[in-house]
Amino acid sequence: MSDSRRTALYDLHLELGARMVPFAGYAMPVNYPMGVMKEHLHCRAAAGLFDVSHMGQVVLRAKSGDVADAARALEALVPVDLLGLQPGRQRYAIFSDDKGGILDDLMVARRCDDLLLVVNAACKEADIAYLRAQLADTCEIEEIADRGLLALQGPEAERVFQALAPGAAAMRFMDVAVLDSDFGPLWVSRSGYTGEDGFEISVTNEHAADLARALLADEAVEPIGLGARDSLRLEAGLCLYGSDLDTGTTPVEAGLSWAIQKVRRAGGARAGGFPGAERILNELEKGPRRLRVGLRPEGRAPMRAGTPLYVSETGGEPVGMVSSGGFGPTVGGPVAMGYVALDLAGNGRTVWGELRGKRLPVKVSALPFVKQTYKR
Amino acid sequence: MKFTEEHEWLRVEGDLVVVGITAHAAEQLGDIVFVELPEAGATVSRDDEVVVIESVKAASDILAPLDGEIVEVNEALPDNPGQVNDDPLGEAWFFKMKIEDMGALDDFMDEAAYEKFIG
Repeated sequence: MSDSRRTALYDLHLELGARMVPFAGYAMPVNYPMGVMKEHLHCRAAAGLFDVSHMGQVVLRAKSGDVADAARALEALVPVDLLGLQPGRQRYAIFSDDKGGILDDLMVARRCDDLLLVVNAACKEADIAYLRAQLADTCEIEEIADRGLLALQGPEAERVFQALAPGAAAMRFMDVAVLDSDFGPLWVSRSGYTGEDGFEISVTNEHAADLARALLADEAVEPIGLGARDSLRLEAGLCLYGSDLDTGTTPVEAGLSWAIQKVRRAGGARAGGFPGAERILNELEKGPRRLRVGLRPEGRAPMRAGTPLYVSETGGEPVGMVSSGGFGPTVGGPVAMGYVALDLAGNGRTVWGELRGKRLPVKVSALPFVKQTYKR
Repeated sequence: MKFTEEHEWLRVEGDLVVVGITAHAAEQLGDIVFVELPEAGATVSRDDEVVVIESVKAASDILAPLDGEIVEVNEALPDNPGQVNDDPLGEAWFFKMKIEDMGALDDFMDEAAYEKFIG
């Protein structure tokens, strides 16, 4: 791990007793002394603080100075309505490729003068190179390297954060704002990756550790590592790029059709015009070959990514595969997501997952596994 | 008590050997959420994968430390896997086995050697 990059919170993680692991080129906390299970439950019961500074923050500015030109330019790379995204709002998007697969998933925030993109750590270098190659004629692309990113998630997040950043409580789910604080101007979005209400907070590296300490000073807040981040997002039915999404998966197969607004679909004012449009629009109309579904293994055994799924207890070829899975502490049992042939994708349907040579029943289930508590 | 390099502990109880995992192993694995035990009566060979345990992080196997017969398993454990974290050296034993030659236990580490082994 000696050659791993460090976030501005590295020393704080060590001080808090984190177990550090290499992740996407960074030394990151996988858990703290509390442990994955208790961290997960604490986040849903009170509030959890996550260091997500490894993620990429990228500002896209139109050379014309008009943010609408940046939105228009970026629409060529994503099947999402960005011209219709109001200032102060954020939207989920994916970079599609020529075959309709997914290069990365990301958040796009429309600010006054530019767009702020938050992309996955493991993809950020490729994403930035791609943006530069595709959009350099019309846009300036700036990687924000002098800011860290924290997430404060859970039912106590609003109370805790409002005390440090007045104005936070007035924000709604997927709002973005710049809030003044003792830690400099914070770029805040009311969003997250847990299914809970909460905030993602971009703060200068200089102030990041002080902000984290101030948040942790509230007794409701505990630090949460990547382990619980994964089980929280899994219970919330949220995709992990590289597991649930990849270049071999279309957004329609992934159950992300909701992210493709009408204006970009067949018959819309700006239909198509993104990579892989032919396949994606066709799947929107006729249905995909397979679909991402929630899966509830019936026993206690977790079914992890790669577990093959069958239509019956014996014989036959696999009809799908688990894309992410594990134990859901809030659910109190194993939970998973995976891809199955479309005719098996109905909730309540039983399929069979093969673990250690034995097939065990799995119920196709609605996502998310826990109730989302976003402040809409 | 004896210890294996696979982080199991072995305790002699009459003519049986009781097998569990060490506190160090339990801590490294994280919260245990699933335990699958062998059938009582099974004949096993050294290094057979006899128990599956899964933590919130990953699956791992517990190996039979010696040739022998599984004569009893801890039936309470699959319903309460968290006990492996709470009381690894006590309540959370996995199985009891009968081995032919109790002398074979001498080859395993004692507590001081195990402490040194895990550094």
